[in-house]
Amino acid sequence: MILIVAEHAGGKLAKSTLEMVTAARGSGREGPVTVLVLGQGVADVANEAAKYADQVLVADLPQLAQYNAELWAAAVAQIAREGEAHTVLIGGSRSGREYAPRVAVKLEAPYLEDVIALSAHGQALQAQRYTYLARVTETVEAEAPVIVVTVKPGSFAPAAPAPAAGEQYDVELDLPAPRVEVTGKSVEKSSRVALTEADVIVTGGRGVGSPENFAAYVEGLADRLGAGVGATRAVVDAGWRPYAEQVGQTGKTVQPKVYIALGVSGAVQHLSGMGKSRYIVAINKDAEAPIFKVADYGIVGDVNQIVPALIEAAGK
Amino acid sequence: MKILTLVRQVPDAEARIKITAQNVDLEGATLVIDGMDEYGVEEALRLRESGANVEEIVALAVGPKRVEDALRTALAMGVDRAIHVETDVKLDPIALSRVVAQVAQQEGVKLILVGGQEADWDSQALGAATAERLGWPQLTWTNELKLEGDTLSGRHDVDDGNESFRAGLPAVVTTQQGLNEPRYPTLPNIMKAKKKELRKDDLDRYGVQPAVRVINNEIQTRARLNRMIDGKDPQAAAEQLLDLLRNEAKVIA
Repeated sequence: MILIVAEHAGGKLAKSTLEMVTAARGSGREGPVTVLVLGQGVADVANEAAKYADQVLVADLPQLAQYNAELWAAAVAQIAREGEAHTVLIGGSRSGREYAPRVAVKLEAPYLEDVIALSAHGQALQAQRYTYLARVTETVEAEAPVIVVTVKPGSFAPAAPAPAAGEQYDVELDLPAPRVEVTGKSVEKSSRVALTEADVIVTGGRGVGSPENFAAYVEGLADRLGAGVGATRAVVDAGWRPYAEQVGQTGKTVQPKVYIALGVSGAVQHLSGMGKSRYIVAINKDAEAPIFKVADYGIVGDVNQIVPALIEAAGK
Repeated sequence: MKILTLVRQVPDAEARIKITAQNVDLEGATLVIDGMDEYGVEEALRLRESGANVEEIVALAVGPKRVEDALRTALAMGVDRAIHVETDVKLDPIALSRVVAQVAQQEGVKLILVGGQEADWDSQALGAATAERLGWPQLTWTNELKLEGDTLSGRHDVDDGNESFRAGLPAVVTTQQGLNEPRYPTLPNIMKAKKKELRKDDLDRYGVQPAVRVINNEIQTRARLNRMIDGKDPQAAAEQLLDLLRNEAKVIA
């Protein structure tokens, strides 16, 4: 079987899970598409997942109330073994890429990380992925009884529901005791659309000038367009914006229909997180800024003058 | 307590990457210690300087002859000695973790520091895979780290924000920008580093086979329109941009 580990948050199935279903269905690997739901109070998530999968395995347990790499790895490896999965798909989120290598080691499986394409070639599984700060596209291949894959968010279209809902089964797990104690958590909640799911993203860089300008212009434009808000590393390091908004090598990788970069210079590390956007718009005072090289539409000008005009015009 | 810090050598972020015969060709590229690993080297030094019980800091690199340079940088920063497992075989992170785990066991280290994401592989797997092989917990993407006795505490980034944590040694910690500001090796320290031990080791004894074959590499550049709009009149520029996004690109309503 193909085992997909569902990603979900706030009681809802994440778009990335549906993207993995598409990856699984199109991979040419045989066997039922099986979604594993891990968590506590996940009945709704499991019901939702059942619309897309041939079968759903549910572990609704108090020990799984909070994500932990070792617990997740143990659970996924156990289910993969018991179900004789030949392919395990895990989301390419920060947490997914944190526990997937542990699953690969437990199963003595090859690991294809953060893939953007997946296809069977005979007994082998071929994948494409980015390397060198997303400047190179690598094609890799592995052949083994079981292969672990993480799927880059936004690389596959979300799946449509299957003709018939899949059966649900409760599973029992043999879980280790967690060894990392979480002593505090700061969740950066936003009322806006999640960056990895947004069709439009407005991002601000240092060139925006100040936290106040960021709120007025970057957030102002984002709200007018119903967009997600992104920030550069420099802006996050300066404390203007929360880490959750950071786009780039050490932040999120995004692939919206249009990415609007305001006062962003376009360092390689930033480009590696947004360079695959369908359209890129850049507004920057500095005509030499590298961001213009990757932009579809560019305006050389002061963000503080152009963006208010843009917000006004967009409201018309 | 001993710390193992892993260093890899990668092209400088600004280096031009080219492809020759389906392989990434680093000829002529400036190669540097991976920035993410450098935070790990620095953090090891800071843990010792903060008074934690750190007897020795060992740097490990696996790769061709040239990665010696990255180890020399680590030694010049203040690492005590280095191990170079010299090989031209390209190992995937899961295979490499087997070497790192074995070295950690031989050396009896209790803490491994490794970069959160390698700038050449774009991989986040090495720390986690190493931790699994050793049966240790892992803390990824740390941006604050303290060591008191055998207890690590700090803060790290997670999917939806960040968390404070506490965990006992042994452990694997992955490092990133923001954790610290790595020091520049001074000239006297660079000279001193030349006298420090850099032991060569052979990959054969680690029984490692890469499980992933690389079939092809290519540089896919997306053709961009590069259409510039005159910004002198903000009103006109804004309207023109909106028109293009609505009617040409059709990406906003």
